[in-house]
Amino acid sequence: MMPKPDQRQDEENLVPVSALQHYLFCPRQCALIHIEQQWAENGATVEGRLLHERVDSGVPDRKRGVRTLRTLPIRSFALGIYGKADAVELHGTGSTLIPYPVEYKRGSPKPHHADEVQLCAQALCLEEMFGCAVSEGALFYDRPHRRTTVQFDQDLRDLTQKTAQKVQDMLAAGKTPQPVWNKGCKHCSLEAICQPRRLEKPLCVEKWFLENLED
Amino acid sequence: MRKHLNTIYVTTEDAWLRKDGANIVVEVEGKERGRAPLHLLEGIMCFGRIGASPALLAACAEAGIAFSYLSPIGRFLARVEGPRSGNVLLRRAQYRVADDNTRSVLIARYIVAAKVANQRTVIRRVLRDYGASSPEASQKALQAAEAWLTDTTRRIVKVTDMDSLRGIEGEAARVYFSVFNLFIRSEDPAFQFGGRSRRPPLDRVNALLSFLYALLGHDCRSALESVGLDPQVGFLHADRPGRTSLALDLMEEFRPVLADRLALNLINRAQVRAADFTCHEGGGITLHDDARKTVLTAWQERKKQEIRHPFLGETMTFGLVAHMQALLLSRYLRGELDAYPAFIWK
Ligand code: SF4
Repeated sequence: MMPKPDQRQDEENLVPVSALQHYLFCPRQCALIHIEQQWAENGATVEGRLLHERVDSGVPDRKRGVRTLRTLPIRSFALGIYGKADAVELHGTGSTLIPYPVEYKRGSPKPHHADEVQLCAQALCLEEMFGCAVSEGALFYDRPHRRTTVQFDQDLRDLTQKTAQKVQDMLAAGKTPQPVWNKGCKHCSLEAICQPRRLEKPLCVEKWFLENLED
Repeated sequence: MRKHLNTIYVTTEDAWLRKDGANIVVEVEGKERGRAPLHLLEGIMCFGRIGASPALLAACAEAGIAFSYLSPIGRFLARVEGPRSGNVLLRRAQYRVADDNTRSVLIARYIVAAKVANQRTVIRRVLRDYGASSPEASQKALQAAEAWLTDTTRRIVKVTDMDSLRGIEGEAARVYFSVFNLFIRSEDPAFQFGGRSRRPPLDRVNALLSFLYALLGHDCRSALESVGLDPQVGFLHADRPGRTSLALDLMEEFRPVLADRLALNLINRAQVRAADFTCHEGGGITLHDDARKTVLTAWQERKKQEIRHPFLGETMTFGLVAHMQALLLSRYLRGELDAYPAFIWK
């Protein structure tokens, strides 16, 4: 099918689904990664990547009679996002196959909704691509080794949509927000690049410099 | 805290580097000589004729590990760059400042002030450590230089045009290097310093300094690249094709602290000796192979030493300081800081 005339323009402006998750964790982290192209691999991201590599290596398989698509490229023009889904199971039968996204996550379920939003973003992409309603998906945490079902209700859809918009605005403006030191910083792989404590309310450098030059 | 990551220096001619899973493997004549996990590395520097597999180069580019080729004496030849190279918005900000003389001076004068303050600190340490045992004339000369440099830092922070700044910087370098011989404790006349010479270095001290400056320059360049700045566009050093002016700018703060002090330690503790150098026809002098290894090991050790970062107030290794300064410079260029906090060593 030929792309619509405006599709190419739209494609240029898509933001990665992963940016939504980063944004919900911390807007500055999102900017450091997606605007400033900084990233630091710490234990957590290495482990996360290895997990993904394991998942990626699978070919479409059939488990419990369900066909699973692995590492499926996805996008939504309505939300302006694109990315990959780790695994999309096809539920239902015959002509009424409903995609069911499943995302693998390190650790255990977290209080912020970043993982749910990421999954919901995938669902919205799948709805647009498959032309059907996707009402449910699952997060699979390795600790405990368990599936958590996620309902894509209106609240989650709204949050996902709002987050996508905020990320787009931030990336378009190209401005990194100031850090706000918070307890997430301890787990943030970009803490050294961010320097939240020193740069939250930065000192007057001029005064600092002149004082330090003396003595 | 960001971890201090290691740099691998490969100096064995005809070594072959390859990737094995998540490791780098060093082979010589088909035999494995060493192996290290890539995620612990910050850089790989190859001196001389050394080969590497495309898979390793790609992995380094992807992980942001600086992979460079240098000539045996440390002259930079080439580096491997991946698809991720900096951020255009930051670079534009950098170019805008570089094009604006008034704004460039605001950065450059702190860099120069910090460099001169650090030169002064080198002299203070010499006075503290050996002052009492030096001849009176030497003490006087050191004290005079110290006082002059201290005074000069105060002048520098008020300078508003680049030409005067470069002038004062040159003067300070002359004063500092005029007492450099007094820092040297070696009795061996081979280690007489005859004033700064670079192309080629005309005495052993200069050969050692040049080699260390090359290492430092390389680290500064990688630090700038890793935060997304363009190492070629400087503020103090004017653009010149092929010159990494911003890396030269950033180096200024560290020369006395990292390179000069290390050169003096190596000489004063007799870790390098007169015979470790080759004198070429025409007067140029370079370091021998084995001595290069000694210097590289000492450089690695120096980078592992911990200091308290003056501005960030955090303890970190010396090896990380260039990276942090590059970061602070980028934060200033982005408007998050009101000035660039150049590195003042105490
Ligand atoms: S260190 Fe804290 S403020 Fe900085 S990016 Fe990470 S979470 Fe955000």
